[in-house]
Amino acid sequence: MSGALPETAAVYWRPRVDAGRLVRRGRTWTATTFAHTVPFIGTAGLLFALEPLSFPVDFALLAHAWAIPELYARRGANVVRPKPQSDDAPQRVAVGLLGDLVGHDARELHARTGLVPERGTLGVWLVGEAGAVLVVPGGRRVFCWCVKVPEPGLPAADRIAHLLLALRSDEQGFATVANLAFSGAPWRLRRRMHPRTRPALAEGVRLSKLSSPES
Amino acid sequence: MARLIRMDTTGHSTLAEWTAGDHEAIERAVAEFRRELDSGYYAMVTEGEGHARQVTELPLDAELVILRRPIAGG
Repeated sequence: MSGALPETAAVYWRPRVDAGRLVRRGRTWTATTFAHTVPFIGTAGLLFALEPLSFPVDFALLAHAWAIPELYARRGANVVRPKPQSDDAPQRVAVGLLGDLVGHDARELHARTGLVPERGTLGVWLVGEAGAVLVVPGGRRVFCWCVKVPEPGLPAADRIAHLLLALRSDEQGFATVANLAFSGAPWRLRRRMHPRTRPALAEGVRLSKLSSPES
Repeated sequence: MARLIRMDTTGHSTLAEWTAGDHEAIERAVAEFRRELDSGYYAMVTEGEGHARQVTELPLDAELVILRRPIAGG
């Protein structure tokens, strides 16, 4: 690991992400989800108990309780949503370079899903062209990070290579620079992911279980 | 032969190539390296799978030096 990622200077107010901070952030995210959900469920239950004919309102409240966490999960899935594929010469050149940076299994997963798996100290990363998913050790929680190269015209594989190199040089700095879009259980994310990218999540969870202290 | 490449809209461009004894090629590579860093690129050296290091001087013993643009939260 070399020095801190220089991009962290642009977000100097953010505390540097480490494993402990990540755990706290995950718990806060879960608590926030409960806070968004439980009042709707409670109110629906209370209203129905007081007046069963209020069921249309109860139904609307329960729909809110269901929709809000789903919207968050969808926001998380969007960070690795596949973009229209291009097979022009720059993309082929970029895929060649990316292939030189990763091993055979990662190349194969990228070809199938558009995401590159990368083991780090915080967990297993799935790097896409405009974001990354971190599966923490044990595979019970994911963090979806929105992070990109703000440079127009780059081939998709080059965008992934940019993120991969930054991640490899300073993993904690990478997570500090990126914006957190979602945190929760992998199954919540999976439902909202594009079918093409779902196998990458399954592989990320599998790899994270292998590196878990519990395994 | 060592290479200095820049990731760009073409996939990547090879900016310089050098070998240990070729002082002229090394000078050209160092000048190209400086120019790219001055224009906002970061230079990375891969150190096996899973590891990379940012460099501010051209490492002449590296096989491949990759120039990348800064990243930002989306």
